[in-house]
Amino acid sequence: MQPTAPSDPQAAPPPASVLLDRAGLQALLDALAARGFDVIGPTLRDGAIVYDRIACIEALPVGWTDRQDAGRYRLERRADAALFGYAVGPQPWKRFLHPPEELLWRARRQADGFTIAPAPPPPAPFAFIGVRACELHAIAIQDRVFLGGAHQDPGYAARRQGAFLVALNCGTAAGTCFCASMGTGPRAEAVFDLVLTELIDANRHDFLVVPGSDAGAALLAALPTRPAEPEAVTAAEAVVAHTAASMGRQLDTVGLKDLLQANPEHPRWDEVAARCLACANCTMVCPTCFCTSVADHTDLAGIEAERVKRWDSCFTADFSYIHGGSVRASGKSRYRQWMTHKLAHWIDQFGSSGCVGCGRCIAWCPVGIDITAEAAAIRATPGKGPHGNA
Amino acid sequence: MSAAIAPSPADPMLPAPWRVRAVRRETADVATLDLVPLEGDAPRFAPGQFNMLYAFGIGEVPVSVSGDPADPTRFVHTVRAVGAVSTAIVAAAPGSVLGLRGPFGSAWPVDAAEGHDLLIVAGGLGLAPLRPAIYQVLAGSERFGRIAVLYGGRGPAELLFRDELAAWGARADVTVAVTVDHSDPSWHGHVGVVPALIKKMDFDPSNTMALLCGPEVMLRFTATALRGAGVAADHIFLSMERNMKCAIGLCGHCQFGADFVCKDGPVLPYDRIAARLAVREI
Repeated sequence: MQPTAPSDPQAAPPPASVLLDRAGLQALLDALAARGFDVIGPTLRDGAIVYDRIACIEALPVGWTDRQDAGRYRLERRADAALFGYAVGPQPWKRFLHPPEELLWRARRQADGFTIAPAPPPPAPFAFIGVRACELHAIAIQDRVFLGGAHQDPGYAARRQGAFLVALNCGTAAGTCFCASMGTGPRAEAVFDLVLTELIDANRHDFLVVPGSDAGAALLAALPTRPAEPEAVTAAEAVVAHTAASMGRQLDTVGLKDLLQANPEHPRWDEVAARCLACANCTMVCPTCFCTSVADHTDLAGIEAERVKRWDSCFTADFSYIHGGSVRASGKSRYRQWMTHKLAHWIDQFGSSGCVGCGRCIAWCPVGIDITAEAAAIRATPGKGPHGNA
Repeated sequence: MSAAIAPSPADPMLPAPWRVRAVRRETADVATLDLVPLEGDAPRFAPGQFNMLYAFGIGEVPVSVSGDPADPTRFVHTVRAVGAVSTAIVAAAPGSVLGLRGPFGSAWPVDAAEGHDLLIVAGGLGLAPLRPAIYQVLAGSERFGRIAVLYGGRGPAELLFRDELAAWGARADVTVAVTVDHSDPSWHGHVGVVPALIKKMDFDPSNTMALLCGPEVMLRFTATALRGAGVAADHIFLSMERNMKCAIGLCGHCQFGADFVCKDGPVLPYDRIAARLAVREI
């Protein structure tokens, strides 16, 4: 699918909903694999739900859910055998579209200078199963970061343009979820190829499916679907409404950009810095954090050289180093940079907040720092200094 | 090198090989390199822009162009050896090959400065990114009002381009004032910080543009002195320095408030950044 060219919703009548049963969902995985996609979906590993290669629906976290709070993530058994009955785990999809380490190029020393060749293109396109609304927005945000400017990231472009997105309307919200506050969920409304809603009760276990692109509609036509009865459509609406009503957290975004940009000297930054370990967990699990560093290597003879790009974090001392020292030497300045960038500067830079309300930074902070609480604390006692667009 | 493996312009992270044609020692740890492309022509650049220079197998650093924008044959870079990469670049022998990506970033508003008195204020190595602007201004000095180059260095031995400073100072269309923080027996000029030179200059603050490059503390004090003298905040331009890895707004390192120094800067107007310059560690 083309990330920058969503189909015009006015151009065609709304696509009809259809139903897939469990066998039908397996047929979807099979059809994607048969078309050459590298199929990635949620699976259980190390006590968490992580995205990884899946071939069969039994690899999904069947009958599991999660309980999340600040600094806490635990899996629990559900009373039913739902396949998608949990919220987001630690890994965002950026793990695949914007991988933690990526070869940029290789160079070889010659008698006169050197030759240089870019990294090979990615082998197979990804198909993602179960992309939640907040994550669709996160992908759209990274599209703007990596593809929306004067210079594009060619590796990201190649991986992104080939990707097939099977979205999921969330059936459960975690205690750390606040997508409803950010206007990014729980209903999948951004660009996708198909969207699923899981319908499970004593009498049924089906997936209501709606195509979101021509590629999605074409694939759906090849699957063993049956028409959705009106009750199924109503039930799917109720799933999303229930999830929207059970958000564990909320963030007041009204005027938040100006509030944070006007308060770089707020005493709350000292207070949060006293708790923050500058461990960078929040930036690793964040689905929109995009910062990278590069590392240059050679072989022992100094003939072959390469450059790799790696995830980096504004919480490290090295991140802001220039000759003479780090610009952001204190933990206070690093937390301020991360949160002010995420919730404020991002709007100036890329036209939207950098936060999609997925709550990962709250759950995976080892000391339970909560971005919604930090923003609320600054709002509660805004400073007086006129710092303008600081 | 063969055309088949020539860097694609579509991949902005791929350095192209450039030959070191000449190296001039400026001070004990600063050298100026003339670079010519192994293939094709040198891209045009605007004064104030920078390139990413790559030392094979070691790494890449951002360096402003210090040469004449009217010379389309080469990139001239003035580099101080402070880390592994810059040390390798300063040590590069004539005839050797470096990687280069660029040019990147915003430019000094030289055209917009026409008709104004012009103060060009440099500290230390900051004279290098301003030299292309000085070349362009002096090539058409009749289009400007009074022109002054103010330059401060730590000591006489650390001043850049002393022959050129003397040649510019001998011209009737430009005033050159040089100061050092610490004198030595060879020095007969000003001693003190560069902002102190501003009040010695004759300019019309209501019709003056100022271009500033140097250490951040020098930029802050110079901009404050210019504001105190009555120069408008939106007529003062500063070249900022931040950590850079990609130079194209994708790696996130160079953020300074909402600006990416690599693509929104390095040259930024003072009215836009004055508030954040006053905040520590931003």
